[in-house]
Amino acid sequence: MTAELSARSDALAYVHPDKSGLFAYVVSLADDSLIAAQRMGHWIAAAPQIEEDIALGNIALDLLGQARSLLTYAGQVEAAATGTPCDEDSLAYFRDERDFLNVHLVERGHGGPGGEPGSDFGVTMARLLILSTYQFGLYTALQSSTDETLAAIAAKAVKEVDYHRDHATMWVLRLGDGTAESHAKVQAALDAEWPYVEELFDNSYIDPSLLESRAAVDPSGLRDVWQRRVASVVDQATLTLPVVPPAVTGGRRGIHTEQMGFLLAEMQHLARSHPGATW
Amino acid sequence: MSGNGMSGSGTSERRDWPLWEVFVRAKRGMSHVHAGSLHAPDAEMALRNARDVYTRRQEGVSLWVVPAFAISASSPDEKDAFFDPAADKIYRHPTFYDVPEGVDHL
Repeated sequence: MTAELSARSDALAYVHPDKSGLFAYVVSLADDSLIAAQRMGHWIAAAPQIEEDIALGNIALDLLGQARSLLTYAGQVEAAATGTPCDEDSLAYFRDERDFLNVHLVERGHGGPGGEPGSDFGVTMARLLILSTYQFGLYTALQSSTDETLAAIAAKAVKEVDYHRDHATMWVLRLGDGTAESHAKVQAALDAEWPYVEELFDNSYIDPSLLESRAAVDPSGLRDVWQRRVASVVDQATLTLPVVPPAVTGGRRGIHTEQMGFLLAEMQHLARSHPGATW
Repeated sequence: MSGNGMSGSGTSERRDWPLWEVFVRAKRGMSHVHAGSLHAPDAEMALRNARDVYTRRQEGVSLWVVPAFAISASSPDEKDAFFDPAADKIYRHPTFYDVPEGVDHL
């Protein structure tokens, strides 16, 4: 078993034999959801209300479910190209930081280590509004992908992220249009998250042939509708759309913030310490 | 009020959220049945919390939330006067009556 796993890890030294770029595209979609789920999971047993605790847990599990489907598919693409087995667990637990392709938006702490003192529920909701509105547009479009697997995963996920969007909207409205303190905090949260918006709509990492064949969705085409949807919530919440320069990012190329390593250490240590463990 | 207590401080304020009673309809044609209660700042959030707490395993197709204070309940002290008199009124049960022969589907 150990030998098999280490062979697997070697295979995951990432030569990317899948020249179509499909692997990288699917992994980028999967990693956004996987890392957002891991980050959201920090709230479990630490949310401000037990009802919200369950809501955040449900959202995290929805995201994890999307990541599992996508990573399983990515594993099949990679296995077909290499002839070496590759499954969701090997991709989630045995890739190193530079092989993760998620955006910086999802990997950073929630204004402090999530769920610990200093973490900010306003940051969680502002970020969820940004992410779920993006994923809603993305999965809506991806339902018409010429890649049948991606289309099927998107059809299931779109209903989930629609609910995430609703949940985030409800809270941003209440925090923004709530007390002076909640307004100030959620505005600060929005300002802090906003520099990480642009990376969501960057299409430069996607293999052009995937865009041409309409297997992939061009995220840059989702920007205008996204902006309108988010702006309408922000307006209604009596908040102001931030005007800030985009942050320097590189998530789609495997360049991550310093917080990513800590997140991965926590997420991966069990599987790496006890390879093949089940419970 | 809804915004307070969400920031990690002000624990005492958290329980200011009102209590809601949740009713779930399991499927079309059935009535809503009381499932439990929860706290929420307002009706919209109560519905969403109810969705997350009481229908996450596909328990229902419709939800009602009712502010707990809006429910008038019978008092345990009045139990005897309220319910005991019905105990010996067996003629209130359909089984008390003999169904005439030839009457189907009664």
